[in-house]
Amino acid sequence: MAPELRREDVAHVARLARLTLSDAELDMFTEQLRSVLEHADDMATLDLEGVVATAHPFGLINVVRDDVVRASLDRDVVLAEAPDVEDGRFAVPRIMGEAP
Amino acid sequence: MKSAAQIVRDVRSGESSATAELERSLQAVRARNDDLHVFLHVDEEGARAAAARVDERIAAGGDGGALAGVPIAIKDNMCQTGVPTTCSSRILEGWRPPYNATVIDRLLDAGAVPVGKTNLDEFAMGSSTENSAFGPTRNPLDPSRVPGGSSGGSAAAVASDMTPVALGSDTGGSIRQPAAFCGLIGVKPSYGLVSRYGLIAFASSLDQIGPFSKTVMDSALVLEAIAGHDPMDSTSLPEASPSISAHVDDGVAGRRFGLVRELVDGADDDVLAQVERAVEALREAGADVVELSIPELRLGLSAYYLIAPAEASSNLARFDGVRYGRRVDGDDVTAMMEATRTAGFGAEVKRRIMLGTYALSAGYYDAYYGQALKVRTQMIDAFGRAYRDVDTLIGATAPTVAFAFGAKTADPMAMYLSDVFTIPTNLAGEAALSVPFGTGVDDMPVGVQLLGPGRSEAGLFAAARVLEIADGR
Repeated sequence: MAPELRREDVAHVARLARLTLSDAELDMFTEQLRSVLEHADDMATLDLEGVVATAHPFGLINVVRDDVVRASLDRDVVLAEAPDVEDGRFAVPRIMGEAP
Repeated sequence: MKSAAQIVRDVRSGESSATAELERSLQAVRARNDDLHVFLHVDEEGARAAAARVDERIAAGGDGGALAGVPIAIKDNMCQTGVPTTCSSRILEGWRPPYNATVIDRLLDAGAVPVGKTNLDEFAMGSSTENSAFGPTRNPLDPSRVPGGSSGGSAAAVASDMTPVALGSDTGGSIRQPAAFCGLIGVKPSYGLVSRYGLIAFASSLDQIGPFSKTVMDSALVLEAIAGHDPMDSTSLPEASPSISAHVDDGVAGRRFGLVRELVDGADDDVLAQVERAVEALREAGADVVELSIPELRLGLSAYYLIAPAEASSNLARFDGVRYGRRVDGDDVTAMMEATRTAGFGAEVKRRIMLGTYALSAGYYDAYYGQALKVRTQMIDAFGRAYRDVDTLIGATAPTVAFAFGAKTADPMAMYLSDVFTIPTNLAGEAALSVPFGTGVDDMPVGVQLLGPGRSEAGLFAAARVLEIADGR
């Protein structure tokens, strides 16, 4: 059986997922996620040693197309939907700290 | 409301036109959309242009396509060029996709007329449309009840006669459960039968697009139009669209069905009574029905609620305020992304992203996600063993008829349980549909579920037609 989910686990996962949670939300999500994981304990405790995992309904191998250039969406059409654009590119706030 | 098949006949014969059928549909939308909250966006201009093109094709001597002049509602998680596409989420509010989903292109080629985009649980996560950021859809048969979800808007569009057919998407029951709640046919095709290109991904190994309709034949016509290999979806099956409508009247004589204990256990008595009636109807039509048990299906819900959130946590990482949709400013890029996602996603989406992130995180991967993938293998093998003995499985679609607003919103686990009978098909990548059969408490419709192996759609539709006739429709 997996260890019980703690409040600090939820806070850590929220940081990884780029979500800010209030104290009240942390309490609520901890309780709700714990209830889902408790339900999953029927599965977590099964002995499935040697069973092959299925990540996908077909045994898909790589699907590739011929390596030829094809038309794609026009850059201006795509950038028209972006929140912020500069010089034909997506613009974002600074990524690194101020220069020294 | 005319069936889609009837509209095609009338439009081709000149009895009616695509434009006239569209105007009738738009009138029905105007009459009831404010009360029921079915459409998030009605694309009157685009639909009128599409209808005019169909009428021109027919005037030029063509047949207008397999769906000539059929108005169709589209779940708002499928991209349509220039038409707002939100997934019922604030994070995509105002976004207009620069391309068509493959299903949209195929519908237009077939002469169908997309009327607009329908409400859903945010990012298709939910079973009632109560998770829509823009408010829930009401069940047209009883506005105090949910229409089911996540494709509740598409189901309500057909149930309220706004359009004869609609498209939904089904990741764990999101077509079949609302079909059951609204008294419609709803189809979850075999994984890979319908291209997912342009369907905004929730859980990529489970998602499939499929039709809603009032008649079995109408769903067959829509599925034939949208199915078949698409080079833009690398998980698309290699073959062309199968023939389904030609087999709708094949009957079930000599076929063997299995009533699955795990697909009725826990259902309310009024639902069980209709499943038993359906079994009798199949027997009367010449089928052999046996009872069987597939114990592995009991683990479906647990496996699903780790696998689907795990895939969702990865798929929804793309909504970060950089390339499309909403942005909330922050001092640096991380703060901007965090502010955007915190403001843009609703509670259920956050819950599933966190559950998935946790299930995939170091230390818990083997216990949760890894274990769930092994359970998935066991489920596929168990279905395979059942299909060596019977052609088709039968069970309930949902444990209850449509429930009241607010009945399950406080407890996520209670809401998740309404998908307990539909989830196994998605995990196995197989085919299933819900067909309305009789009514339960308060005269609300009951859905009977028919399940088959991958690529068994023609047989499922023939069995659904037998039940449709037995139910007096």
